[in-house]
Amino acid sequence: MLADYSILLIGAILVNNFVLVQFLGLCPFMGVSNKLETAMGMSMATTFVLTLASACSYLSYNYLLQPLGLGYLKTISFILVIAVVVQFTEMVVRKSSPLLHRVLGVYLPLITTNCAVLGVALLNINKDHNFLQSLFYGFGAALGFSLVLVLFAAMRERLAVADVPSPFQGAAIGMVTAGLMSLAFMGFAGLV
Amino acid sequence: MRKVWDFHGGIHPAENKYQSLHTPIRQAGIPAQLTYPLSQHIGAPAKPIVEVGQQVLKGEMIARADGFVSVPVHASTSGTIVAIEERMVAHPSGLPAPCIVLESDGRDQWVELRGIDDYHQLDKPALLEIIRQAGIAGMGGAGFPAAVKLGVNPQAGKIETLVINGTECEPYITADDILMRERADEIIGGTRILQHLVEPTETLLGIEDNKPEAIAALLAAAQGTDVEIVVIPTKYPSGGERQLIEILSGKQVPSGGLPANIGVVCLNIGTALAIYRAVTHGEPLISRITTVTGEALEQPQNFEVLLGSPMRFLLDQAGFQAERSTRLVMGGPMMGFTVMDDEAPIVNTTNCLLAPTETELPPPSPTQACIRCGLCADACPASLLPQQLYWFAVGKEYEKLENHKLFDCIECGACSFVCPSSIPLVQYYRASKAEVLQARKDLAKSDHARLRYEARDERLERESLEKEAKRKARKEAAEERARQAAAAGNEAEADPIQAAIDRARAKKAAAQQAASDQPPTGETPPADAAQLAIAKAMAARATNSGQSPLEKAEAKLKRLRERLANSETKLQQSQAADADDTIINALQSALEKLRPKLAEAERELASLQEQNEA
Amino acid sequence: MYELIAQYPFLAALVALVGMGLCFGALLGFAAEKFKTEGNPISEQINAILPQTQCGQCGYPGCRPYSDAIASGDAAINRCPPGGEATIAQLAILLDVEAIPLDEEHGEEEQAAIVAYIREDECIGCTKCILACPVDAILGAAKQMHTVIVSECTGCDLCVEPCPVDCIDLLSEETTVQSWHWDLPPPTIIATDRESSLADEEKAA
Repeated sequence: MLADYSILLIGAILVNNFVLVQFLGLCPFMGVSNKLETAMGMSMATTFVLTLASACSYLSYNYLLQPLGLGYLKTISFILVIAVVVQFTEMVVRKSSPLLHRVLGVYLPLITTNCAVLGVALLNINKDHNFLQSLFYGFGAALGFSLVLVLFAAMRERLAVADVPSPFQGAAIGMVTAGLMSLAFMGFAGLV
Repeated sequence: MRKVWDFHGGIHPAENKYQSLHTPIRQAGIPAQLTYPLSQHIGAPAKPIVEVGQQVLKGEMIARADGFVSVPVHASTSGTIVAIEERMVAHPSGLPAPCIVLESDGRDQWVELRGIDDYHQLDKPALLEIIRQAGIAGMGGAGFPAAVKLGVNPQAGKIETLVINGTECEPYITADDILMRERADEIIGGTRILQHLVEPTETLLGIEDNKPEAIAALLAAAQGTDVEIVVIPTKYPSGGERQLIEILSGKQVPSGGLPANIGVVCLNIGTALAIYRAVTHGEPLISRITTVTGEALEQPQNFEVLLGSPMRFLLDQAGFQAERSTRLVMGGPMMGFTVMDDEAPIVNTTNCLLAPTETELPPPSPTQACIRCGLCADACPASLLPQQLYWFAVGKEYEKLENHKLFDCIECGACSFVCPSSIPLVQYYRASKAEVLQARKDLAKSDHARLRYEARDERLERESLEKEAKRKARKEAAEERARQAAAAGNEAEADPIQAAIDRARAKKAAAQQAASDQPPTGETPPADAAQLAIAKAMAARATNSGQSPLEKAEAKLKRLRERLANSETKLQQSQAADADDTIINALQSALEKLRPKLAEAERELASLQEQNEA
Repeated sequence: MYELIAQYPFLAALVALVGMGLCFGALLGFAAEKFKTEGNPISEQINAILPQTQCGQCGYPGCRPYSDAIASGDAAINRCPPGGEATIAQLAILLDVEAIPLDEEHGEEEQAAIVAYIREDECIGCTKCILACPVDAILGAAKQMHTVIVSECTGCDLCVEPCPVDCIDLLSEETTVQSWHWDLPPPTIIATDRESSLADEEKAA
């Protein structure tokens, strides 16, 4: 059993990393990775949202929609669930760290439209995960997202002061770096 | 063999020491003019205690220490003070600094010296005071006042190890080497004084293995004492205080800390020798050994030179050929700086004057881009990351610079030496250190200004509140008084405003009454006092115009006589009452003015009367 | 019940969604009450970065109003000349925005520290400058000599105008051997940018 869950986790974090392999959630990935502190703040917020959202989506699907035969409403109701969780997270962040709230700015409510979050919720349904598996899958996805976000932010901080030719400065070299990171992560293919 | 450790990194540049070791120490002699900068070290500048034109003797104090971290300055030869003004000094900025200028008289007469025969009799504060008053600052590089370094540091614990630094790791410099060869006894003597002062558990004298004669001399001198001569492998920069301590004890001085934090104190052999001479002979620090070397000189050698001598003085004696030299460096090729003006004086940290030719010390190659090879991190003796420090310095990321321990950099130059792209790394670190310190200062200043501004805001608010409170109190008191008065039935007190209005009205009514009592003049009765006065004047004029000139003159005379009589009575009264002189004088002068007028009026009347009769 | 839902699937969907919406709405409302925040702590942090000269060159009457304006998004971060590029850079890092160049409209950045100096021969003791100084750095009283306490003066320039005899100068502090420091070496330009930078220089020349 432990092996199953570890495989699930490793799969979500490394092998099928949501950002670099499945190319979901690229908006906050590029937008928030300028500084390491904001990246860490964002990754914590996303972890919280992802875990909670995948749990709530599972519950709402299996105990409300499925029994009523309303499975076709899952997209709308997942969006609703995610929006509520994100709002809740935003309130918590504003209370605990107003600076982080201000720095994250619009990217915090944009977690609502983060395709990775909706993707996790929908993938859980597709793969017929039970509650615990959904939770782990969501948590693993979040960990993978955080890992890549922090790595990328650290690299972008170094790039900011490096001798980058002017046409490449800023987002361009960021994209190139992300592409190279993605290549590296594809090396994990076939691990599980 | 005592165990020695090693420090991380280090480099092995060409030593180039043989050039200046052919001859023994030569006395440089007395130059015509000597210049003493008032600030020769990190502490506060000294304050001059002589005046222009004053004669001073050799060894006499010419500037006293100012504050705790400060040393006095002494005249290094006898002569006359000719100026106390800004002069060029040996500083990388090329800016002048306040100096005392002495013109030597050639006699080199010593001031009376008092040496101590047995310093064991003295207690530590007295010994420290002798060292301080002798003007002894470190002779190795930074020039920190020795008495402060040796003084009691309440934060540090007991000093376990006394380290005497005889390594002299920098290429070209041989001043310490030749000093150890020729005056090993005095060095050991100074070390023993320091032992008495510091009372360490062990005393180690570190020396590199490229100085065999010096090692032999020291071993001979240290026989019978517990000073241990430790020979260490030659590597640059083993002579750095922290690096030497790590080699000899295996312990690293903590980041941002002092050697005293791990129970070590480290002094240069030149400083030890100066302490010996100060204590036993009473001589202040007035001379040092300076290596003058480089291919642009005919005879590179070591000089014992009086502090304050111009560099030119030494260069001439060593056969300086200006056309062959590109620049003049004070210090060695790694940590020295270029001196613009060779008239700048020798100070107690001038261990070397380097006059290289173009081929010997070529100008730096053009800087290229950093290739991130990491050779600098391999070479750094302080185990820092020069490459990261470089990128942060370029990007001005001060927080990251501090996190990467920028202030632990000893600016030895090993990283720039190995850099394949010829990047002047040390310059970046020096500039960044200054910028970080400036940013800290600015922050402190702005915090302070904010507090003052807030205090001022508070004060203004407090003042306005107080004013408001006072005004309210006064108003309440007035109301209270009014209430009480109303209760007592006193109309006037109860409402002073109304009372004032009533008074004015009453006055007006009285004036009207007075006007209506007057005989009718055919005009409407005047309504108030002003109109009354106007009416009176008009009536007077009417009577006047009806009179003949004779009658007018008579009337005038009568009025004047009345006035005179009045003034005279007034004067008599004042004199009787013994009033002020001013009043009496005023009355007398008025009287004097009246009398001519009276005489005039009488004449007029007389002439009119004549006319009338005629 | 399931028969009812099977008969009216539209109704069931409506009920489900509305029910979820109400439920979540209640939850959020409760959370909004529980996690209320007061005040504006960002303004404090911004104020700590500003140089506190209270000179008003930014267009706001003091550093605190300017920091409030930045916190609420009304003002750009590049309006403080005494702070200069360093302050803009720090504000950019704090607020995670781009570091824009100083807005020249509000004044130029002074290179050296400036301090006010009263020419005491001409001072008439009117106290107008004392009232103007935002940090109380001028010592004096009515009909008594006024003088500037150099260590407290921030060089904000507010005392120069009120002086009726125009006896206040703003002097920059001289560099001495003690205050001199090394400068950064000139930046290296990498090859690909060299051509464009040469073109820029030619354009400027």
